[in-house]
Amino acid sequence: MRLLLWVFHFYKDGFMHLSLGKTLWKILFVKLLIMVVVFKLFFFSTTLNTRFSNDDERSDFVLENLTKEKK
Amino acid sequence: MNELASVDWSRAQFALTAIYHFLFVPLTLGLSFIIAIMETIYVATNDHAWKKITQFWMGLFAINFAIGVATGLIMEFEFGTNWANYAWFVGDIFGAPLAIEGILAFFMESTFFAVMFFGWNKVGPKFHLLSTWLVAVGSNLSAFWILVANGWMQYPIGMHFNPASARNEMENFFDVVFSPVAIAKFLHTVSSGYVIGALFVIGISAWFLLKNREVLFAKRSLVVGASFGLLTSLFLTISGDESAYQVAQHQPVKLAAMEGLYKGESRAGIIAFGILNPDKRLGDDAHEFLGDIELPYMLSLLGYRNVDAFVGGLEDLVYGNAAHGLPSAQERIDSGKIALKALSDFRAAKAQNDTEAMKTHEAILQAHMKDFGYGYFEKPEQIVPPIALSFYSFHIMVSLGMWFIVLFALMLFFTLKRDVQTQKPLLYAALWSIPLGYIAAEAGWIVAEVGRQPWAIQDLMPTHMAATHLGSGNIALSFSLFALLFTALLIAEIKIMLKQIAIGPNGGH
Repeated sequence: MRLLLWVFHFYKDGFMHLSLGKTLWKILFVKLLIMVVVFKLFFFSTTLNTRFSNDDERSDFVLENLTKEKK
Repeated sequence: MNELASVDWSRAQFALTAIYHFLFVPLTLGLSFIIAIMETIYVATNDHAWKKITQFWMGLFAINFAIGVATGLIMEFEFGTNWANYAWFVGDIFGAPLAIEGILAFFMESTFFAVMFFGWNKVGPKFHLLSTWLVAVGSNLSAFWILVANGWMQYPIGMHFNPASARNEMENFFDVVFSPVAIAKFLHTVSSGYVIGALFVIGISAWFLLKNREVLFAKRSLVVGASFGLLTSLFLTISGDESAYQVAQHQPVKLAAMEGLYKGESRAGIIAFGILNPDKRLGDDAHEFLGDIELPYMLSLLGYRNVDAFVGGLEDLVYGNAAHGLPSAQERIDSGKIALKALSDFRAAKAQNDTEAMKTHEAILQAHMKDFGYGYFEKPEQIVPPIALSFYSFHIMVSLGMWFIVLFALMLFFTLKRDVQTQKPLLYAALWSIPLGYIAAEAGWIVAEVGRQPWAIQDLMPTHMAATHLGSGNIALSFSLFALLFTALLIAEIKIMLKQIAIGPNGGH
């Protein structure tokens, strides 16, 4: 318990005394927000996992792509 | 958007993401070890000037880390949406190293990162030092797992293709992890990061000396940076030699493109400098170069450890050379088409639950699996990567690598034996070599990735077959948004860094 408290205060003090770190955390937060929310949601939301419900369907889709005749 | 445009946009998007991501990564890899060395000197000597030096470089490391971290995440999104065929086909072989990277190395790095920055007055100096070293080791371990995955794409081993699931299944984890290509790639890539870290340190130290500021700090940083840079740039040459050797063994077309070698020869020389003839085509009699300087025997020696060895040229590898046991690409295309037909037949047999036929077709498939990807080509010439881009990127990388050795040696000599502050041209050269380090590293990636085209997975999956755009979003639009985001991040990094450098080591953090 003492160790956990020490760790808690360690991080709390660390974050409270940030100077340059504050700017960096802001940039990090905005960057992650854009990546995870905007890009993932609007451009990369569809994957084989979201499009198909099981591995058989996923395999079938890829096999279809791999073996289809070239037009 | 037609299929071709979709593939091209996917490729452009991945290239953009990888190039930007790799602007941030090498400095993290290199600077982390330089900081650990500086802090080791501080702990060993208890000289507080070294603590200030360590903290200054640690601040710049933090800026680079914070802005660069997670830029690689986008590539994982791209795998899922733009490269679904590829992501499925590679199976757990690609997933396992990436998962290990995420869980183990990144966790270790992030945990000790907090101690490194918050712990100066909270933990003992030796524990703090240990944390700094572990951040360096953790960063490099992350790179290891990524490069294992990349090494497998260049030289796929340790797996078995399952035609029922269309996935490659790992047969031997250690074959994948200790693949000679992966190890060579790891050592060469991380050592390029060490050189960039060293260039960064000596370049900024040179700037302080040119400004006649923080002279003691700058000279001490120079000694560490130049020593580390000299050792690692020499190691970079050795790891580069091993990397090229592996390319010669497993990706001979890439080697021929890197050297602009159209006709194979024994006792082949290496091109030290050359201007490619833009009108040269495979099979014609035009000379490969408008002008070149060649070092005799060196390509045979470097590629095969034997000055008499025959090095296959593009024409030998495309049209075949029976005398040297090189099959033509057409033979491999024919074999690949048999593999593709067998996969198709296996699928049809599976649909009819005909187990005997499935066994027969799988046996045919496995017998031709090594040529599987060739089945997607119609003409032998399609196996040739962009020659000019591979050739010039390779030669720019090597030339800059040689320059860095000279630069580090001179900086170390003048710092230790003379008054380096009076060597203005050398200080300017060090300063302007910072961007050159990045150019060399990016050129290296271009050699590795463009040079292996047309393959996403060597011999098994061409890039155009790897791409599958599942998303409804417009790739051109997301490409532009990426370009905007990454450029904004890069500008932010440069601005914050310049501000922090101008404040100097005594400005606090």
